[in-house]
Amino acid sequence: MSPYIRHYPNTWWLKRRSYFLFMVREFTSIFVAGYCVFLLYFFYKLSQGPEAYYRVIELLKCPLSVILHIIAFIFAVYHSITWFNLTPKIFILRIGEEKLPSFLISGANFIAWVVISAILAWIISVV
Amino acid sequence: MGRHFCHLGMDNFGGIKMRRSNEPIWWSLFAAGGVISALFIPILMLITGIVLPFTLTGEEPFIYERIHGAVMHPIIRILVFAIIAFPLFHFAHRFRSILSDIGLLKYRPVISVLCYGSAIIGTILTAIVLWKFK
Repeated sequence: MSPYIRHYPNTWWLKRRSYFLFMVREFTSIFVAGYCVFLLYFFYKLSQGPEAYYRVIELLKCPLSVILHIIAFIFAVYHSITWFNLTPKIFILRIGEEKLPSFLISGANFIAWVVISAILAWIISVV
Repeated sequence: MGRHFCHLGMDNFGGIKMRRSNEPIWWSLFAAGGVISALFIPILMLITGIVLPFTLTGEEPFIYERIHGAVMHPIIRILVFAIIAFPLFHFAHRFRSILSDIGLLKYRPVISVLCYGSAIIGTILTAIVLWKFK
C-alpha cells in the first residue's frame, strides 16, 4: 500500500499572503547561511595574516558588499522576529496549573536579543 | 484510553515494527540554529555591513592585531564555531522543506542528503579553520 499524496500546484505559496510570508520566513535561512559562509571565509583569511585580513576589510567597504549586507540584514531581522514569536508555541512553560502567557516568553526573547546585540556591538566596536 | 495508547509505544504498534526516526536529531540542530541565528546574526551583519565600511567607530576596533588576538582565545573560537555551524543546520532543514514544498517531494531522500551533507561539510571546515587558527 503506497501513501496517499495529494497533488497541488507548485505555486501554491503565491495564492495567499500568509502562504507567501511563510515562504519568505523559510527563505531567510538562505541569507543567514550565506552570511555564515562569509564568516567562515573571514576567519580563514584572518588566520592567514594581516595582508589577507586587510584585503577582506577592503572588500567589505565596496558598495556591493554594503548592499548585500543590507538585504541580508532585513531577512535576518525577519527571521529573528518570526522565530521569537514562534517560540511560545514550542516552548510551553507552566507554573502550577497556569500556562505562562505567550507574550512573556516571546518578550523575554526580544529582551535577550537586544541585550546580546548591545553586548556584542560594545565588545567588538568599542572595548 | 490515551494513556493505554502511550504504554503500547510506537516502536511496536499493533505488531508492526516501526522504524525509529532520526528526525529529532536534525530538528534539535535546526532549533539551536534558529535561536543562534535570531540572537547573533543581525548585529554581526550590522557591524560588518554598516559600522565597519562607514567607519562609524573609526578604524581602530578592526585592526588586525586586535581581532586576531581576540580570536586566539579558545572561548571566542567556540562561540564563533557555534555561530557558524548551527545556522547551517537551520538552513539545511528549512531549505529541504522549501524544495519539498515547491514540488520536489519525490526527490526528498536525495535533497536531505545534499542539504544536511552540505551543513556537515561546512561544520567540518569551520572546525578545521578554527582548530588550526594561529
